[in-house]
Amino acid sequence: MALDEYEKRDFQVIGSRPVRPDGIDKVTGRALYGADAVLPGMLVGKVLRSPHPHARIRSIDTRAAAALNGVRAVVTGADFGEIRKGETRNVAENAMAFDHALYDGHAVAAVAATSEAVAREALKLIEVDYEVLPHVTEIAAAMAPGAPVVHAGFVEDSVPDGFSENVTARHEFGHGDLEAGFARADKVIARTLKTAATHQGYIEPNACLASMGPDGRGDLWCCTQGHYFVRQLCAEIMGIEESRLRVTASEIGGGFGGKTTVFVEPVALMLSKKAGAPVKLVMSRNEVFRASGPTVSSEIDVKIGMTRDGRITAAEAELRYQGGAFPNITVMFGAMAAFAAYDLGAVRTVGYNVLTNRPKQAAYRAPGAPMAIYAVESVVNELCEELGLDPLEVRLKNAARKGTKSSYGPTFNDIGLVATLEAAQAHPHYRAPLGPNQGRGLSCGFWFNFGGNTSVSLSVDMDGSVSVTEGNPDIGGSRASIAMMAAEELGIPFERVRAIVADTASLGHNDVTDGSRVTFAVGLATIKAARAAKKELCKRAAMMWGIDEEAVTWENGCAKPSGPNAGSFEPLPIEKIARKSPRTGGPIAGHHEVNAEGAGVSFGVHLCDVEVDPETGHTKILRYTIFQDAGKAIHPDYVEGQMQGGAVQGIGWALNEEYIYGKDGRLQNPGFLDYRIPVASDLPDIDTVILEIPNPGHPYGVRGVGETGIVPPLAAVSNAVSHAIGTRLYELPMSPPKILKAIREG
Amino acid sequence: MVAVTLWGSLRALTDGQAEIEVEASNFKEVLTALEQRYPALAPQFERGVSMAIDGVIYKESWATPVRPDSEVVLMPLMVGG
Amino acid sequence: MSKTHVTTTINGTRTEFLCEANETLLTVLRDRLHLTGAKEGCGSGDCGACSVTLNGRLVASCLVLGVEAEGAEITTVEGMAEGGELHPLQQKFLDLAALQCGVCTPGILVAAKALLEKNPDPSEQEVRYWLAGNLCRCTGYDKIIKAVLAAAADLRGAA
Repeated sequence: MALDEYEKRDFQVIGSRPVRPDGIDKVTGRALYGADAVLPGMLVGKVLRSPHPHARIRSIDTRAAAALNGVRAVVTGADFGEIRKGETRNVAENAMAFDHALYDGHAVAAVAATSEAVAREALKLIEVDYEVLPHVTEIAAAMAPGAPVVHAGFVEDSVPDGFSENVTARHEFGHGDLEAGFARADKVIARTLKTAATHQGYIEPNACLASMGPDGRGDLWCCTQGHYFVRQLCAEIMGIEESRLRVTASEIGGGFGGKTTVFVEPVALMLSKKAGAPVKLVMSRNEVFRASGPTVSSEIDVKIGMTRDGRITAAEAELRYQGGAFPNITVMFGAMAAFAAYDLGAVRTVGYNVLTNRPKQAAYRAPGAPMAIYAVESVVNELCEELGLDPLEVRLKNAARKGTKSSYGPTFNDIGLVATLEAAQAHPHYRAPLGPNQGRGLSCGFWFNFGGNTSVSLSVDMDGSVSVTEGNPDIGGSRASIAMMAAEELGIPFERVRAIVADTASLGHNDVTDGSRVTFAVGLATIKAARAAKKELCKRAAMMWGIDEEAVTWENGCAKPSGPNAGSFEPLPIEKIARKSPRTGGPIAGHHEVNAEGAGVSFGVHLCDVEVDPETGHTKILRYTIFQDAGKAIHPDYVEGQMQGGAVQGIGWALNEEYIYGKDGRLQNPGFLDYRIPVASDLPDIDTVILEIPNPGHPYGVRGVGETGIVPPLAAVSNAVSHAIGTRLYELPMSPPKILKAIREG
Repeated sequence: MVAVTLWGSLRALTDGQAEIEVEASNFKEVLTALEQRYPALAPQFERGVSMAIDGVIYKESWATPVRPDSEVVLMPLMVGG
Repeated sequence: MSKTHVTTTINGTRTEFLCEANETLLTVLRDRLHLTGAKEGCGSGDCGACSVTLNGRLVASCLVLGVEAEGAEITTVEGMAEGGELHPLQQKFLDLAALQCGVCTPGILVAAKALLEKNPDPSEQEVRYWLAGNLCRCTGYDKIIKAVLAAAADLRGAA
């Protein structure tokens, strides 16, 4: 596939700020989310969850529950039978325990009943005979020799001998001679840093409405980031062909990576199949915390060598991530991303995935990168402090740029890191005075960005308005950006284009809305679909004029004759061609299917000022500025929104948010009162500076912008706190007790 | 011939070689040639592999051409997020 | 358990319903009356997604019983726009991109309206503290606060 090389052009629609098409429904309460749909005869599904972090399930007696008046179906792991292999098996076992409960909250049975009250009563009547097993929830304990084996059979051949069976994979990246590099350094600092597991914290709990017919055909409505992937997983788990299951994505009330997989969907389908009626299953907030997919916790050793004048000579990291009782590749992303911002002659990262008795992690915005880059950016700042160097100058001196061999292998093309650093350096924020107990921190951030499988259909309707059908749930304003790109390409006003997210029966496979891929990949496919439609429109105009197809061009929403033999005709607007379409060959449409490649990486730099109360250890964010390369901002408001939202999630991660497990292996804080995400009064304005260094792999220069924003805040806030209190913390979150302790120990 | 750089984890499977020259003109042929030379790579390729060609990451597109002077870097398949 | 008959006024319309004694107002609104604008984000009064007003007072409807609606006046997000005319808060949320996924938006709009009815000229800090009980995970609040302040200015101008 030839890459769609970027072409510089003057935009009409791109870069403007129209109101999002989904906006009216969202401000009036009309928008329908996962829990908002109903079907006649619908039952309520409820899940029984393990109170034990680790137990063998000897038996489950569901007879009393099944006999309760109003109960229409009961399912357990036995209903999911002998399933498949690989990740689908893991997803199924996570949705409903097979023979072991692997974490506090692991589903062990479920019921469908005529009311919520009956369903709750039925759960109480289910008797589970558990053999409680030793558990482990922390990384170091899980890696120790003799640790309880969480879930056997996952160790890959990459893991050397001598590790506990909970270590399932080892990933290594890097190049150059580390020993020589460290020998050249004037100062070498080695530290171990830790981050807690956090949750995406989407406000809408996971929810679905499933309806399986007796013929093995079914419909599923759910809040998801990828209904095609939901279909793929659920069809395989249910043992039916994908085409038999139609999945429709509801409006999604936040996902941030957490809704890229399934938890309750296969359970609801199985309940519906057994009950012969539609089943709605909605997670409570407690269930969301205990049994959806939080991110990993981490322990990271970082060693960096620097010369007196601030040149990094060698860099090394070992990353250990736990992501619950099933294997995952998040630590691989961490090992790849850790040093991405730096141009290094010698670098090596090694990552280990560790199993624990915690819920199966899911992706969370730039998965694996925030903690890795937190560790690196903390140590870089400490070196700057030790050597008396300006942290921004040092980053500029070592910054990755076009032609840099990245720490994960490939050589960078056009990237925006230097531009964002220079923008930060030139910004008044960087020189603003600070008061007592105040400090300033900065950090770089990075995310790879994905492309992937994409299918888009665009139809020119009979009146010349345009419908775009795409298959990626809109989690960040993508219906707006997709409609804008279609309008731009066709030369018609934004208001004449409607983009909708279609169900799985309407288009070819679309990958999950992940990796900041949608505006890039779906945008690319939309532009291609629009170009196909334009070609057809020109052909129809040629027919109407009786001239050669090649003698027609498209400009500002009109066909125009062009070239020496074209003749002289008034431009034909899209609506006139559309109205005549029955006479010129039928409906006019364009479509495009592609596995989009060429996603451009995105860098950002955040500046953060804090004030730490020395009496209470409370940290207040005083000022926050984000600098990020967007390639090309299709809708600047929504690009800013992505950057601001990501930054605030990162601030929460830095200061408050953490999964706290007790010695009993149970989650201690499964609610928003005790798992405290940032609220409006915690924050100042979040200022944004969008840079536009075009991605050469997209016709408009687009880069994904959704994820990079969550990466820098961890170290930016930590560096600011260190600056304010004169001592450094090596662990997140920096909750008030930890800061007080650090101040006292100085 | 095109020089293919392997990521660190794979080097244990290629007798420590970090860079291997193969005869190949596209993504798929690179994988086939590497697998023939080092059968131990097969399980990892089965798990999934991306390829950066001249700095652009291709996730799966087997037909992507590779020129003799291309920078070719193998990377693990990236999903999730 | 026998159900209780409740007569109430919702968004200006006299409404009757039957509910169990332990059913929340949120469940009644959503499941019995099909007013799904109010959302259940937590069920424990921590997130504000279910905010409605009860006799003019801002409440988390997940912490109010359905039977407490007897004889009361309730307003929900569905009652904010008058006919086709959006409330200035709704319009400013659209114009200033103050929503993303939108699931917290109904609760925030209801809460912000309750604020502006008490205090037509709030400071930024007052808006931030008033809305501290309404969680938003998408926006970082920046554009929400700006939209509320802009709507307040509009409303003052119109008054």
